[in-house]
Amino acid sequence: MNAFTDTMLRATALSRRSFMVGAGGVGITVVFGDIPEALAQGAKTLKPSAWVTIATDGTVTIVSPAAEMGQGVMTSMPALVAEDMDADWTKVRVVQAPADAKSFGNRLFGGAMTTGASRTTQGYYQQLRLVGAQTRKVLLASVAQEWKVPVGELSTEPGRVVHAKSGRKIGYGDVAKFATVPNPLPEVTPADLKPVAECRLIGKNIPRIDVPSKTNGTAKFGIDTQLPNMLYGTVLRTPVQGEKPERIDDAAAKAVKGVVQIVPLPYGVGVVAQTYEAAKKGKEALKVTWSTTAKARSYTSDQVLKEYLAAAQDTTKPAVTVLKNGDPDAAFRSAAKVIKADFLADHVAHACLEPMNATAKVDGDRIEIWTPTQSPTLAQVFGARMGGTTPDKVTVNTTLLGGGFGRRLEPDFTIDAVLLAKAVSGRPVKVIWSREDDIQNDKYRPMTAQHFEVALDAQNNITGWRHRLVGESIYARFAPPLFQQGGGKDPPFHDGAEVKYAIPSHLVEFAREQRGVDVGLWRAVGPGYTKLGIECLLDEVAKMKGVDPVQFRLSLLANEPRAANVIRTVAQMADWNRKREGRFLGMAYSDFWNTHCAQVAEISLNRNSGEIRVHNMWCAVDTGVAVQPANVIAQIESSIVYGISHALYEQINFKNGEVQESNFHDYRVLRMSEAPVIQVGVIQTNNPPGGIGEAGLPPVGPAIANAVYAATGKTLRHFPFLPARVKTAIA
Amino acid sequence: MTAFTINGKAVDVSADADTPLLWVIRDHLKLTGTKFGCGAAQCGACTVHINGEPARSCSVPLADAAGKQVTTIEGLSPNGRHPLQKAWIAEQVPQCGYCQSGQIMQAAALLKKNAKPSREQIVEHMDGNICRCGTYNRIIAAIQRASREV
Repeated sequence: MNAFTDTMLRATALSRRSFMVGAGGVGITVVFGDIPEALAQGAKTLKPSAWVTIATDGTVTIVSPAAEMGQGVMTSMPALVAEDMDADWTKVRVVQAPADAKSFGNRLFGGAMTTGASRTTQGYYQQLRLVGAQTRKVLLASVAQEWKVPVGELSTEPGRVVHAKSGRKIGYGDVAKFATVPNPLPEVTPADLKPVAECRLIGKNIPRIDVPSKTNGTAKFGIDTQLPNMLYGTVLRTPVQGEKPERIDDAAAKAVKGVVQIVPLPYGVGVVAQTYEAAKKGKEALKVTWSTTAKARSYTSDQVLKEYLAAAQDTTKPAVTVLKNGDPDAAFRSAAKVIKADFLADHVAHACLEPMNATAKVDGDRIEIWTPTQSPTLAQVFGARMGGTTPDKVTVNTTLLGGGFGRRLEPDFTIDAVLLAKAVSGRPVKVIWSREDDIQNDKYRPMTAQHFEVALDAQNNITGWRHRLVGESIYARFAPPLFQQGGGKDPPFHDGAEVKYAIPSHLVEFAREQRGVDVGLWRAVGPGYTKLGIECLLDEVAKMKGVDPVQFRLSLLANEPRAANVIRTVAQMADWNRKREGRFLGMAYSDFWNTHCAQVAEISLNRNSGEIRVHNMWCAVDTGVAVQPANVIAQIESSIVYGISHALYEQINFKNGEVQESNFHDYRVLRMSEAPVIQVGVIQTNNPPGGIGEAGLPPVGPAIANAVYAATGKTLRHFPFLPARVKTAIA
Repeated sequence: MTAFTINGKAVDVSADADTPLLWVIRDHLKLTGTKFGCGAAQCGACTVHINGEPARSCSVPLADAAGKQVTTIEGLSPNGRHPLQKAWIAEQVPQCGYCQSGQIMQAAALLKKNAKPSREQIVEHMDGNICRCGTYNRIIAAIQRASREV
């Protein structure tokens, strides 16, 4: 089933469990899983909606609907409510939402509670501001009635209702003592929202509420779940996807002190033990004979990628049309010149620093789950299915996430916990993956081959553009109904192939491969590689025309002022026209998630070794209303580091279906000594907020490649830009 | 039983002597601020101090901690107001935050020996600690800020 479209799922009532996260120097507390204790005892409160509770002491409790994985939503979403209700931010407490999609779902995920695809701010921005405005109206109406004054004479200042005529003021907590919630609630429209220029929280910088707890060890991630009587679980997974355990010799595993139970699973063998160490030793002691029939046995990435490339170049092969503008065939028939180029990308892993984990407790048909998930809705649906119950009997406690990047949209780690907990019914089980489990059992970013053809007229103007992408589909596995509804398109796979540039005739095609290796969502998944080909080819055409890459882009963006503005701005920030000794600049632009993002990379290149060093990155970004500008900067910095890491180092290799990398010694990620200096310019505009968690990633790779092009006249066409590949490319 | 001192408190732990100190700290002593990242001393998320020196607790067997002074993020300062912790907040360093206990413990060991480290010394000392959210530049800024204050 497809949980994205399963909008009406409801969790059980609010759990009573709560745990406080110390908030250090900031006057805000974070509460997970429940309304604050003070409110739970039947004290008089004002609760105009599921989102807001006002206590008589003035505390305003606001629900945070999205998973906090470092992107700051636990601060920015409640701030949207607080803004238009004119709450005093120092009296706001934030509660992580329970799995209750009907109350807290994201409209951009069909109402599911899911955090991903840069859709949190985009999905909730107006809704949560309206919740705030409605709450304010309830407060005003109550005071008008109590004071017997026309509501039109009342106004608010943070935390108080004001009657200017008489000079009276009353705090929200005191209003809560007599206020009632009208039925129906007052109507609100976007006209009731403050202009952004008058906002006190939106567009300003509030310290993130989760930060203090992340400096003193009190922040609770999924892996930190501790429950009475808790057991620990590990899972030995099939070395090749799609295999099953055929024979399990668990004698040695059972003999490990502390091992409680061995649990055969469809995809592996689980070990439940008194301690994590015992569960780990038990797992190491298992002797399992696996089936050898899986399709993925023939998956050796080098070889498969060659086949993908051949499929991309063979334009006679069937493919799904993703996009068709103008008349591409005619454009190519009348072209003076055609450029053909191929771009490749290897698999990459997410490598969230918190390894996959989840805790579950099964009591008859009731299940409680503690999981660092990006999708409580999926956790609830799959928890129910694995536990043999219905979603309404599954309580999901969403913890902090130690990294997400799309990995934690998957329910696999939650499934582990439910299946092992079911085997020892009544006792909670915390399943922890090892780093090796994580690297070798990821849902990797698709390995892709892309074939481009660019039609040029006699003056090297672009008249036509063909772009054909080949690889394993994400949605076909992850969201089959969406895949079918889209007629076989796979948006996350080919996202970013659309362009803002004025290209009169444009064809994008997707040819799906089915090789038995799951692929998944990743930070900026599709645009992360589609923009490489697009942006590199623009630099090549610019050179043919003898035009500067910045000027060339601007000439194609005459009707896209926001795009042109970020490109002009970043060129200025980087002092684009200044030549540097031994350093080279490259630029790239990305338009996805309704965010305009242009970057310049400054690199040096060791031509003997092929090693690239990124020294500086400049970024100009227009995400519309930047709800928290400092956080926009932080997200861009993060995307740039993640982007360089994947562009230069990260690579998963399969050999006969087995992943060859296993830990950070051979899955290289960027370290401090490799981080460039980063400068980010945020351009506030009055457009609806776009997404920001991923927007900074797509330009990184092509900006680096274009800098190498500036240095050598050769384009890098294969992610990652390993030294050996660079040497070959520039030879 | 293995006896050692953690955050100034004497403890006696019954876990097997080969149990990595990390799991003793997290599961037996319930101090979950120290994180599991890789289990192979590759990422630094589990960094604690043993007799004042930074150590990857995932790769230190319990036996090696016998009789030693172990300090975790919870014991770095009595109230979470170590100059580094204050600087971490001022610079808004953490994103997901999972690596940050280890980063702060690693940095604290540096400042104890070298109150005014250069940028190069900071980078060299911190290079073994991975931050997947890429907060490296803010970590450097926070260490520099704390170093101005100590």
